[in-house]
Formats: sequence, C-alpha cells, structure tokens
Amino acid sequence: MVDAKFDVIVVGAGPSGNAAAYTMAKQGLKVLQLERGEYPGSKNVQGAILYANALEQIIPDFREDAPLERHVIEQRSWMLDDTSYVGMHYRSDDFNEEKPNRYTIIRAQFDKWFSGKVREAGATVLCETTVKELIRNDRGRVIGVKTDREDGAVMADMVVLAEGVNGLVGHRSGLRSELKPDTVALAVKEMHFLPREVIESRFNLKGDEGVVIEAMGAVTSGMTGTAFLYTNQESISVGIGCIVSDFQESGETPYGLLERFKNHPAIRPLLEDSEVKEYAAHLIPEGGYKAIPQLYGDGWLIVGDAGQFVNAVHREGSNLAMTTGRVAGETIARLKRRGEDFSAENLAEYRRRLEDSFVMKDLKKYRNIPSFLHKSKHLFDTYPRLLSKAAQTWLRVDGVDKVSKEKEIIGAFRKSRKWSGLLSDAFNLARAWR
Amino acid sequence: MTTAVGATAAVKVEEKLFHNRYLVDAGRPHIQVRPHETPSKALLSMTRLCPANCYSQTDTGQVEVTPDGCLECGTCRIVCAQTADIVWEYPRGGFGVLFKFG
Repeated sequence: MVDAKFDVIVVGAGPSGNAAAYTMAKQGLKVLQLERGEYPGSKNVQGAILYANALEQIIPDFREDAPLERHVIEQRSWMLDDTSYVGMHYRSDDFNEEKPNRYTIIRAQFDKWFSGKVREAGATVLCETTVKELIRNDRGRVIGVKTDREDGAVMADMVVLAEGVNGLVGHRSGLRSELKPDTVALAVKEMHFLPREVIESRFNLKGDEGVVIEAMGAVTSGMTGTAFLYTNQESISVGIGCIVSDFQESGETPYGLLERFKNHPAIRPLLEDSEVKEYAAHLIPEGGYKAIPQLYGDGWLIVGDAGQFVNAVHREGSNLAMTTGRVAGETIARLKRRGEDFSAENLAEYRRRLEDSFVMKDLKKYRNIPSFLHKSKHLFDTYPRLLSKAAQTWLRVDGVDKVSKEKEIIGAFRKSRKWSGLLSDAFNLARAWR
Repeated sequence: MTTAVGATAAVKVEEKLFHNRYLVDAGRPHIQVRPHETPSKALLSMTRLCPANCYSQTDTGQVEVTPDGCLECGTCRIVCAQTADIVWEYPRGGFGVLFKFG
C-alpha cells in the first residue's frame, strides 16, 4: 500500500501516538502514523481535561491555535449520598494566569488539531487504516505491520504501539496479557449543549473560566467509581465510570448509573434545558503500576493507555500518554541519530527515563491503591452517607445541645464501622497512599 | 430517591445512540457471538453491561449481538475473554462509531 520503508510506524493517533509521531518527525525521522478512525479523534473518548505542562514540553506555543475550551479556575470534589453532597471546593483567581495549567477540551477537535501538527512536522498520517498484526523476522524482531488495506504490509525499523486501552495488536502478538475486569473501568459520557451565558451564570464564571466537578459516593451503589462534570465553552461533559467487575456483580447498567447521576438533586439543575448531542463509552485502564506490561522489545515499544499509563487517583491519563509518547519519541530519535540499533537492550532507556519522571514515580506511589479500593467498598457508600448525616446533624439548629450532637455523630460512625473498622480503614488508606 | 430510580428504569439507550454518528459496515459485523445452547454467565451479563445495549437474549435463551450501535468500548471483549464466547475485531478502517466530540 505504501512503497516506502519508514524509520518508525506509530499505531494510533491519540495523545500518546501524536506525541511520539510529532517528536520523531520534528527530529527528522521518517514517520508513518496509522489510525483506524475516519479522522484522528473519531474513536477517542476522554472527559476531558488537558494538562498544559505535558503538552508544553512538546508544543510550547500550543495556546496560540489549539482548540481549548475553558481554563479551570475551580475544582469541586463531592461525596454524594442520595440527596446531598459534602464537598471541598477550591477556586482561585491565581488560575487566571497568562499560561493556565489545566483546560477543558473536546477530544475529537483537539486530536484533529494535534494531528495537524504531526503532519506539519513531516509525518505521514494515514487514517481509515486498521493495523491487524505485527510483522516479525525470523529472529522475532518487529519489522513492520499488516493492515486491513489491500497489499497492506508496511515495513519499518521500529513500531510504536499507541493503540489505546483495547490494544489488540500488542495483545494478540503476545506482547502483553489481556486486561482483567477488576483492573479496568467502564465510563459512559454525554455531551450537553447550552448557551455559553447560561453556563457562565450557572457556574459563576467569566469569559473562558471553567469549573471541574469530580464526585463519588452513593451514586455508584457501592461500586468503585467516580463521576464527573466539566464545563466547556458551550457544552457540559458529564459522565460516570466504575470498575467492570463491580458492574458484573452489582446488577447496575452503565446508562442507568449515568441517568442517576444526572438526576441527582445537586447535578440536575446544572444540566437543565440542555440539548444532548452525543453519548459515548470507553474503558480506562486502572490497574496502575503493577499492571504495567513489558514496555519494549526488539523493534517495538508501548506508550499511553496501552501501557496502563493512567493515574486513577488523580484522574490523570492524557498527560501520562503525552509524556510517554514524547519520551519514547526522544529515545528512538536519539538511537537513530547515533546510528544505534532499535534493540530491546537499547530501548530499555525508554523505561529508565520514565522511572526518573513523574510518570513512574506517581504510579509507583499509588501502586497499592487499586487493591485497596477493591477491598474497601464502604469508601464509596458508607462514608459519604455518614459524612452527609454528620453535616446535617451539625448544621440543623433544633434545640439539641452540641455535646449531644457530637455524640450522635461519633455514635453513627462507630455503629456502622466500629472503632476497629475505622482504624483499619485509616491505616490501610495511609499505607496504600504512601 | 424515587425520582432517580424511576428515571433509570425509563432509560432508552436507543434514544441516546440516536445522537451519535455511525458508518455501519453492512453485512460485516465486527462482533460475533459463537453458537451456543446456554449462554455463559459472562455472556449473559452483557445484556445488562453493554453501554449501547447491543446484546439481547432470544426467546429460546441464547444471547445475540447487533453491533450497529456499538461504541467500541471493548467491555464485552474483556468480560468474555475467559469464556471465549465472542469474536471481537475492530471495524474495518473508517467504519463504526465516529465520535463528533469524544
């Protein structure tokens, strides 16, 4: 299908693939990027928050023309019970800075923009092309890919797998094991459109200011999961996700959960009169550090979601994707410049550089969180209910004295979790957090 | 929380999918269920777990899939990986769901 031979083939045009392709093309490598969607972004789903720092290191002046929605000036973290939320809000005018730190984005538009930059940098981007398998030589080294196009084999010295959470190529080539239902979340999302003045007055915003709401609690029926609501310029992204094995055990449906979140008394007024224009679903790899597969071998390496690069605690993923893509691109470009082989031994540099970066440091820090959350379902149900009840007891002025109120609050915690339960929850959380 | 439960019961997934853009590869479904007499627990759970409600149970108890409205999330691929109930491929290049916003 393509006669030329390339230095590198990048499979996938999401944030990790684009970061890798851009970095290598900029350094003069001959790059072919293959994307199965009609256009880059057409298969991609994210909340979505863009973390400026990760992109700045690839395209420093991205703010000049990237399709950014709103810069985030306020974070609301909510614990929900059926009728209430207990929340921590942080809003600061300091976030109205010359170069804001976080933006809401719409992925289909953002990915198209990023792909345009990849093309400008000199890479060949081929859409509507699904990679079916890797081509190896008789020594097992990866030397190209087979696609679903006619005469669909393309050769290269190196293949970067940026194929996302459902990375069939790497999985079927035996480069990594299949995802497990207990370490992957299913998230569903809707796009709700409203006039920008309505969004700005509902969320107390001016100009391009934006708000992020992250919520957990009774809305997931005790399943491990979180919900979100992000303000865009003329739309609101609203979604919810839970671990797949929890869905299997719970009897809940993903769309039922989304409706319940949208109908929560704290959320419903924010979405009132909006027009829904899309419904999407996507998996999120949440196995963390312990689920990271072998990341490189002779002639190949893995970046982004395909490599489990998601920090589930902080809801970060696209920044890890871009950073792993950039570091992979830099590693490959350096080997090429020095005329060194793309062997597993030389590509080990990729993992070493990730270990020195926030990517592996953060994932390592939270390596025990996935199993902790799996064993601590009451975090998502019991505690939000207890906190809400405590707040209500404390705030109602009803002739009951404050000492009695304190006793009632403490009594409610003791009754549902006992001292031993409370202590072990605190201990286990502290240990997993470390 | 009666209102929300009521709302949940009334969810029509088809109405949600109606907002989406698809290019259906007619006659070439990218997911297929292997022939079976009695569905495995995993396969049966997909009638509830699939976010696009592509899976349904027939009158005779078998589970079938109509992937026209598939969102390509891959949940069924992972849930049914152990039991090998289904064959899951990406749609051909350019086909399937085309997210306008993602």
